[in-house]
Amino acid sequence: MSRTLAAPRIVRTREWARPVPAVRREVLHADVSRDEGRPPLLFVPGFGHGAWVFAEHWLERAAERGFPAYAVSLRGHGDSGAAPRADLRAYVHDVVQAAAGLPRQAVLIGHGAGALVVGHALARYPARAAVLAAPVLGGWPLLGAALRRNPFGTLPAVFGGALRLRAGQLFSRELPEAVALSYVDRLGRASARAQWQLLVRQRVEPPVGDPPVLVLGSPDDRVVPAAVLDRAARRYGGAPLLFPGMGHDLMLDARWTEPVDAILDWLDKGAG
Amino acid sequence: MSTSADYDSPTTGDDRWRDDRPISEQGENVCVIGAGASGLCAVKNLREQGFGVDCYERETGVGGAWNWRHDRSPVYASTHLISSKPFSQYPDFPLPDSWPDYPHHSQLLAYLERYADHFDLRRHIWFGTEVVRVEPAPGDRWDVTTRSAGGNGAQRTQRYAAVVVANGHNWAPRLPDYEGLSDFTGQVIHASAYHDATQLRGRRVLVVGGGNTGCDIAVEAGQQAARCWHSTRRGYWYTPKYLFGRPSDQVNAGLLARRLPRWLRQGVLHRLLRLVVGDQTRFGLPAPEHRVFDAHPVVNSQLVLHIGHGTVRPVPDVARFRRHTVQLADGTEVDPDLVVLATGYQPQFDFLDPRVLGVDADGRPRLHLHAFAPGHPTLSVVGLVQAEFGVFPLVHWQSVMVARWLRARSADPAATAALAARIEAGAGRPWHDAKVTDPARRWFEVSHVTYLRALQETLDSLEVAAR
Repeated sequence: MSRTLAAPRIVRTREWARPVPAVRREVLHADVSRDEGRPPLLFVPGFGHGAWVFAEHWLERAAERGFPAYAVSLRGHGDSGAAPRADLRAYVHDVVQAAAGLPRQAVLIGHGAGALVVGHALARYPARAAVLAAPVLGGWPLLGAALRRNPFGTLPAVFGGALRLRAGQLFSRELPEAVALSYVDRLGRASARAQWQLLVRQRVEPPVGDPPVLVLGSPDDRVVPAAVLDRAARRYGGAPLLFPGMGHDLMLDARWTEPVDAILDWLDKGAG
Repeated sequence: MSTSADYDSPTTGDDRWRDDRPISEQGENVCVIGAGASGLCAVKNLREQGFGVDCYERETGVGGAWNWRHDRSPVYASTHLISSKPFSQYPDFPLPDSWPDYPHHSQLLAYLERYADHFDLRRHIWFGTEVVRVEPAPGDRWDVTTRSAGGNGAQRTQRYAAVVVANGHNWAPRLPDYEGLSDFTGQVIHASAYHDATQLRGRRVLVVGGGNTGCDIAVEAGQQAARCWHSTRRGYWYTPKYLFGRPSDQVNAGLLARRLPRWLRQGVLHRLLRLVVGDQTRFGLPAPEHRVFDAHPVVNSQLVLHIGHGTVRPVPDVARFRRHTVQLADGTEVDPDLVVLATGYQPQFDFLDPRVLGVDADGRPRLHLHAFAPGHPTLSVVGLVQAEFGVFPLVHWQSVMVARWLRARSADPAATAALAARIEAGAGRPWHDAKVTDPARRWFEVSHVTYLRALQETLDSLEVAAR
């Protein structure tokens, strides 16, 4: 598969010595009317987003098509417990805990920085498959792009403040402005530590269990440049699936059906 | 991957028959023996590497030793884990956040059942089926003969590409041969027959054995029995379950994370235990002759307390049994009416010719990394290890290693020649940092991190071989 593949790192003294403390975890859920044995999907929102962003449209859609669908709020987001000092490892822990709590082996679907969290979680949980939607995999170039597009919303985040994204970055013009603003109002923030870790990238360990990985996004995303999308897809051995004209928040934007249907089609084709 | 059986006509060759029974050919499938914590893990990881798997389990449920309903289960009502959560879970399927640091045995069974359901393992398991014989067949293949666990019913022989033995090592009681034991009028049971404290209520109990089980039972006897003597052969380090309000194995892992050398870690822990537990000899316990972690540690916060309450009396080793009393090594006599022998268990592989595993007179098989059998590249053992803390991660990575080894070997035998040579050369090597105090009994004791590093090295070399 990809060049990153190596044997997993198995001596984990730091993780043993300091297990991630438990925090109340919000998991939203849309159930299927008839269980046809399809794998459960676990949606992981990005920084600042809670599980609600998937509850808006995607969970229902997945359930209608026979996939039991779940969305987790990372600690400090949505209705999960507060965790102002959470690090990336704590977020990964939340995802792995939520996945292991599902009745069957799950498909992990991460959006934005949630895709990075999923990338790390894949090394700690053998997912059946994984989807990285508009993945923010971190690194300094990301900061450059963000500063160019939204200097005033981005700059405070460099110094530990909240990262503030504008509606214009997240959504296309097709989404009514009132709706877009109401979504932006509901956004929260990730911990300063996690934001920093997004820049100073940690090595992503290879996935366990060798799951198929799908990368998708929009060439018109004003958070994730198209080049980043290509690079992410290449790392997992493929080309990205593109949805032109959409903003970063694919699950809330006006044409939200297209990406989710593409994901479900991909899973139906046998990836799951 | 081939999962379908190959039903060739039995007349095509002589090696298709064994004991007048036809052998059903199972192609590339792998046979796993046992569906306990090790067997389940082996099935899951073999499936992950794309193998078809048949797992045989003599009981009707998963969980092996951790399923208290099983007649071979060693757990008693009060069994709690002695390793905290990070060490008592498969590294890729964590225990729930909501569970305590040291879960109860019933929770661990629930965990194993969830693991089986989550990864859909039950459909690969033949419950109520016992493995009678495992015999080498031409081409490094294996003839596995099974029958229904009741003992009646026809035997059936199938030929597999590989066999993974995961039959556990905590079910065949080890009973020491004491002088006069047969004439003793009191009741004598092995710890495997101890289920809950009602068996001790009002009795005069002698608990023999200083291991974790012996100490647990002594503590219960201290609360329930009329009298309790606790006989140990030597001194142990009694590690409390918590140090500074944190599970003590996590405190130790903190020292490991700082990459302190072993002697320094032992020094720090000696200091710590002397501060927290203090001088054990004040309680009448013998001083440990070994350094902490040189022998399997005893994790028990309560024993010293109950000795302090006077409800448990520490006494030396048993010398001989008389008609009504038990004589101890120091010449004193005690008069129990119930003796609980917490003297451990003995690994057993009834279904295998001892020569196949290279079993010596002491019952020790000769294996590489406690997993690979020299001369038999497609035979491996999983779960035959014991470490100073946490065996679940070890079992998981053993299973991953075995599955990857089998996968790499079936893809390209030449690329795995280096590891094959190491299996031949490295067999029997211990993976313990210290001289084990009782090598005849403790031969499968390993040092957690040293052993994991050895597994890591093997996994890395398999990764290179697979490229």
